Amino acid sequence: MSVNDFNPTEKKDTRSGFGAGLHELGKRDDRVVGLCADLTGSLKMNAFANDFPDRFIQAGVAEANMIGMAAGLTIGGKIPYTGTFANFSTGRVYDQIRQSVAYSKKNVKICASHAGLTLGEDGATHQILEDIGLMRMLPNMCVINPADYWQTYNATLAINEWDGPVYLRFGRPSWPMFTTKDQPFEIGKAWKINDGSDVTIIATGHMVWYAILSAKKLESQGIKCDVLNIHTIKPIDQDAILDSVSKTKCVVTAEEHNKHGGLGDAVAQVLATNYPSPQEYVAVNDTFGESGKPTELLKKYGLDVSDIVAASRRAIARK
Amino acid sequence: MSDIKNLEELASQIRRDIVRMVHSASSGHPGGSLGCADYFAALYGEIMSFNASNFDMDAKGEDVFFLSNGHISPVWYSTLARHGYFPISELSTFRQIDTRLQGHPTTAEHLPGIRMASGSLGQGLSVAIGAALAKRMNADSQIVYSLHGDGELQEGQCWEAAMSAPHQKIDNLIATVDFNNRQIDGDVTDVLSLGDLKAKWLAFGWQVLETDGNKMSELVSTLNKARSLCGNGKPVVILMKTEMGAGVDFMIGSHKWHGVAPNDEQLAQALEQLEETVGDF
Repeated sequence: MSVNDFNPTEKKDTRSGFGAGLHELGKRDDRVVGLCADLTGSLKMNAFANDFPDRFIQAGVAEANMIGMAAGLTIGGKIPYTGTFANFSTGRVYDQIRQSVAYSKKNVKICASHAGLTLGEDGATHQILEDIGLMRMLPNMCVINPADYWQTYNATLAINEWDGPVYLRFGRPSWPMFTTKDQPFEIGKAWKINDGSDVTIIATGHMVWYAILSAKKLESQGIKCDVLNIHTIKPIDQDAILDSVSKTKCVVTAEEHNKHGGLGDAVAQVLATNYPSPQEYVAVNDTFGESGKPTELLKKYGLDVSDIVAASRRAIARK
Repeated sequence: MSDIKNLEELASQIRRDIVRMVHSASSGHPGGSLGCADYFAALYGEIMSFNASNFDMDAKGEDVFFLSNGHISPVWYSTLARHGYFPISELSTFRQIDTRLQGHPTTAEHLPGIRMASGSLGQGLSVAIGAALAKRMNADSQIVYSLHGDGELQEGQCWEAAMSAPHQKIDNLIATVDFNNRQIDGDVTDVLSLGDLKAKWLAFGWQVLETDGNKMSELVSTLNKARSLCGNGKPVVILMKTEMGAGVDFMIGSHKWHGVAPNDEQLAQALEQLEETVGDF
């Protein structure tokens, strides 16, 4: 497989992948319960709510109570999926998740849309850039940030089989579809997208598409990239990272998140303790976002394709 | 009346356990624990149906209890041990290193009887509603019980949950508020008044009962009344007046014993007032 194989023509939002996955799960598994905090349309949970009304709970704008109810529903064997924006799925309810879900090790799936800068026009109050960090610091919590529509669909199905708390992060914008419905999704296993020997580019979420575009550009300039999609940030695929970086000797991480606490730090921890290597971060530089169009914001905050290309050159120069 | 007498004897033993556990650990929360000893004796000794010998997290076909104000863990641990969930000798490990009897209840140590961690206040009613919803979905007719501190009701999440249960037509849930008007910094009315608590619950759409939580016969009859109110489309809350420190004269009537352990002399003084009924651990 090579990055040049990816020439998607269709775009869809990852939240719709979640909605479709949840609806499919509703048919497959009657233990699945959906909960939503007054954002059923935004989370694309309508199909589930309409077809399984007895297993859908409208929680209202009361996220703390929603998380607590979800934790309680597991007692009785239910598998609750909570839905709201990423900010209200994490920061707003951190203590509820910490005690009633993570510490209590309850089988709750916290599903979070509108993560990162790409929610766009609503601005910084809604653009959480800290959620990956918050969630990966919690013991027992699995953290997943899929890259496109089908990967989100498949992740939604996969977490149903995972016995324990999960944070599933996705977003709002329409985004190129470059994975397929039948592509296996294995929690904790990186997806190797391209083979190359000069630099490793590790990306998560929407930034995976930009990583592919960056690798195409770099290859046209004679720089060969190993491209890894880390969709599961915790537990992280240490072997895949070490296999790649031991070959390329340098790495660029790309994520729609603050540079503190996210994918970059997770990768840095693996490398620092196993195979110290030059690393460049493509991430938001410890600031809040603002209103704007998704791609304009990615550009302004240093998350564009050209930023990954430049970071790759810097990483290579530091070898 | 013999049943009531048995429950009172159980409550007395639970109170002995509480002061001995807290003394032994030199830490813990005796005040609220003592105040709720009668409630726990009544709930586990008379009201709930449960399977202690084969603990099942899902609790299908069993009544379930959640302690939201987790700091009164000693009264719960004693009650669970006294009903066969785990050996009573284990009560001596309370708050010690490697214990399953953590300072606040947890599922992390797999102590039978505990289904949810608590300690950070305000979360238990939401959890209880979730468990009640699961029972409804499973066509399980058993009841969910929960206990909350009155100071705890200052947490906003409690009122999210209070709004939610009647909206969801939860009618297999009996929440109880330990209405002792004490919290760490003083009287609840001084720290952050709850106003007309009965009117608040009524306005939120709950069926409200009131009881003296330190009179066993009244408490049992109120809990039975609460059970009879289940199944009619609305949740039930019991406002249970208790005395923090009930049973030990020098602990009653003050918030001072919320989270303070008795010394050797105070322990002896307390135990003189609490009859050993079914045997110390």
